[in-house]
Amino acid sequence: MKAKLVITPKKAVLDPQGKTVANALEHMGYAGVTGVRVGKYLEIDLAPGTSAADASKALNEAAQRFLSNPVIEDYRLEIVE
Amino acid sequence: MTSASAMRVAILQFPASNCDQDCVHALRVLGAKAKLVWHKDTHLGEVDAVIVPGGFSYGDALRCGAIARFSPVMQAVSRFADNGGLVLGICNGFQILCEAGLLPGALIRNRDLRFHCEQVFLKTANFETPFTSGIRRDGVPIRIPIAHGEGCYFADAPTLERLQARRQILWQYCDASGAVTEAANPNGSLLNIAGIANERFNVAGLMPHPDRAIEGILGTEDGRSILNSMIAALASRRTAAAA
Repeated sequence: MKAKLVITPKKAVLDPQGKTVANALEHMGYAGVTGVRVGKYLEIDLAPGTSAADASKALNEAAQRFLSNPVIEDYRLEIVE
Repeated sequence: MTSASAMRVAILQFPASNCDQDCVHALRVLGAKAKLVWHKDTHLGEVDAVIVPGGFSYGDALRCGAIARFSPVMQAVSRFADNGGLVLGICNGFQILCEAGLLPGALIRNRDLRFHCEQVFLKTANFETPFTSGIRRDGVPIRIPIAHGEGCYFADAPTLERLQARRQILWQYCDASGAVTEAANPNGSLLNIAGIANERFNVAGLMPHPDRAIEGILGTEDGRSILNSMIAALASRRTAAAA
């Protein structure tokens, strides 16, 4: 059992890394890319038999307190078997 | 020179702090007593102020300052700040204080994705604080070095408005003449913010390093006026307490 956490910079936050990657894609000829945001991906291993609801509650709390910074980042949490 | 009446300042030490000794040296040069406090310590001991120094605490894992803020010593710093104690965060220390919620906003990657190690000019935007009262007021900016990759100050629009309305912006990047311009902004910080204070003005943070600007041999002594402001504020608090 795993949790997958995707963290991305908020829309209002300048993301120079994303902009650089978007520019590179354009120079390489990949047309139609209108924007790139570079974030983080965390894969969190959970003990077998953990309740998905409990894990989701605990990790949402951890994501808000620690794993993401709500001032600058959004996150998306997914619990998978 | 230290004496029994010298101000006692705790300098925090995290794994990968690298300006802790610079801060100790700076304070001793200025006549204060510096004491290193380890990140696992749960108490600060008898101190008058705290400096959270620069470096790369916990290797900057996850985000700068994200791990450090949950260290035992930072819980003691939060209590110290809640009780009105003076706390100054320099560089990584500023990042840690923002992560801890002791200061608003966050520090993100420099706009140009480069690590900047250079001298910058700072305009002091509020002289009526324990961190700025002794800085020259003749309109000449102070010159202090920066050394960071993630010093771009960000806060949402309502927070920026509050910071301006309450005069919590203490220092802004400016040019040699004191003008706050886009060209003088080394990292993309909103409103050219180099340093801010909390609402009570007992906690402040800045990306530039006053601790590295204490002796002429290093190019500038302008950092003295920031640390001396703090030392003078502590002295007047003591006088007030004794009266």
